[in-house]
Amino acid sequence: MIHAITANHAAALAAKLARVEVAAVYPITPQTTISEKLADMVSNGEMEARFLLMESEHSAMSALIGASYVGARTFTATSSHGLALMHEVLMWASGVRRPIVMPVAARTIGGPWNIWGEHMDVITERDVGWMQFYCENNQEVLDTVLMAYKVAEDPSVMLPAMVVVDGFILTHTVDAVDVPNQSLVDKYLPKFAPDPVLDMDDPRRFGGLVMPDWWTEFRYRIATDMEGAKERIREADREFGRLFGRSYGGLVEEYRTGDADAVLVVAGSAAGTAKEVADRLREEGLRVGVARIRVFRPFPSEEIARLSSKKVVGVFDRSFTFGDGGAMFNEVRSAMHGSDNIMKNYVGGLGGRDVTAAHMEWIFRNMIDIGERGLDRKIEWVGLRDGSGRW
Amino acid sequence: MYETYRDLPPIQITTQSTEDMPTGTWRTFRPVIDEEKCNNCYFCWKFCPDLSIVVREEGDHPSVDYVHCKGCGICANECRAGAIVMEREPL
Repeated sequence: MIHAITANHAAALAAKLARVEVAAVYPITPQTTISEKLADMVSNGEMEARFLLMESEHSAMSALIGASYVGARTFTATSSHGLALMHEVLMWASGVRRPIVMPVAARTIGGPWNIWGEHMDVITERDVGWMQFYCENNQEVLDTVLMAYKVAEDPSVMLPAMVVVDGFILTHTVDAVDVPNQSLVDKYLPKFAPDPVLDMDDPRRFGGLVMPDWWTEFRYRIATDMEGAKERIREADREFGRLFGRSYGGLVEEYRTGDADAVLVVAGSAAGTAKEVADRLREEGLRVGVARIRVFRPFPSEEIARLSSKKVVGVFDRSFTFGDGGAMFNEVRSAMHGSDNIMKNYVGGLGGRDVTAAHMEWIFRNMIDIGERGLDRKIEWVGLRDGSGRW
Repeated sequence: MYETYRDLPPIQITTQSTEDMPTGTWRTFRPVIDEEKCNNCYFCWKFCPDLSIVVREEGDHPSVDYVHCKGCGICANECRAGAIVMEREPL
C-alpha cells in the first residue's frame, strides 16, 4: 500500500515490519522522529518490542549488544554527535559480531553548530567494521533496512549495518512509499536465530580478552566476512526484487553509464538530481551517466574498477577530509588505480546547502570540458562563494 | 585446540568459567581483615568489583577470596571501621 511519509517514518515502519524485538534509542536531530514513531507504535501495541530510552547513544549501542547476544533482533537510530559518541561501541558491535541495524540521519558534526545534512558523520565512521548503505529516497530507506537485516544476520556475515539517510532532505521530506505486507516481509526475513546465545542455563563468557596469539585471526575473519558480504548484498537485492518488485543494482546502481564518456559517482539523495540532469543533458547529446554508490562498506571495488574505461570519472563528496580530499573520491580513485582516465573530485552539499540541478549541470559540463582539455584542478568546491560567478 | 582462523568459533566465547582464572596471582598488595575491628557493615563486599569478598552467612565476618582478589584496595579504602589493611605480598 502506498503511504505519503517521510524517510524517518519509513525507517520506523521498516523496523516494525522486520519484527525488531529490542530498540534502544537516544534522540538527536534529525533522527528523533524515528524514535518517536517507534515509541508510538510500541505504546499503542502495533509493534511488539522492548523500547528502551537510554541516557546516551553510547548506552543505546551498549544495550543493543547485550540484547543481540541474547538473540534479539535489535534496532536504533542516531545522527551526527550521537554517532560520534557511539564510536567506541560501534567497534565493539562489529568486533563481537552483532548484526545491529541502525539508520543514521546523516548530518554535520560541529563546531560551530549546524544541524543540517551532509555525510561527514558517517564517513568518519568508515573504519568501524559496519556495513554502510546510502539511500537515494524514502522507498529505498524502508527497503534497505529490511535488506540490511537480511545481510547482517546471514551466518556468513554477522556484522552490523548503518543505513544512511540524508538529514532533512530525506528524513523530513514526505514522499510516496510502498509499504509491503507483513507476510511478504516475514517470507524475506526469517526470525533471527544466532548460535550461540547468552543463556543463563548454559553460561559462557562472551567477548572476553583475546590475546595476541589469536587477535589477528579474529580480525582476519571480520575482513573476509566483510568481503563476502558483497555477494550476500547482491543476492539480498535480487531476492528483494523477486519478492517485492524493487531492486537497486546491488552495491552500485549504474544509470546510463553504458556508452557514457563522463560518469559521476555519487551517493545518497544527490544521485536523484544527478540522474535528472543527466537525462536532460543526454537530450543535448552529451554522453553522461551516474554511478550511485549504494554500499560504501564493503567497498564495491570490482564495480568501480569497471568504470576505468570511461574518459572522465567525477566523484561527488558530501564531506571533506581536511588535508587531503573527499573520502569517496580517494577510494574510487584507489579502486581504479592504473587507469589513465581523468578523475576529479567535486565537493558540495555541505551543512545543509542544497545540491541543485544547476550544480549538477555545471559538474557534468565541467567533466565533458576536462575530457577535452585536460584536468583543470583536482578538487572543486561546487557552489563555493568565490566570486567567480561560475554557479 | 585451534589450528587456523577457520577453526575459531563464530564469535569470541569461552566455556571455561572465570572461577578457573586465578587472577589473585596479579596481586601486589593483599587486603587483610582485622576481625576485631570489623563491624560487619559489608561495605567491602558491596564495593568489591570482582566478587572477591565472601560473606558466607549474614552475620559472619567477611573474608577475602585470595585466589581471585587482584589487590585493588577498594575494600580497604571503603572500610569505615579501618579494619582492612593492604599488606605487601612477598616477592
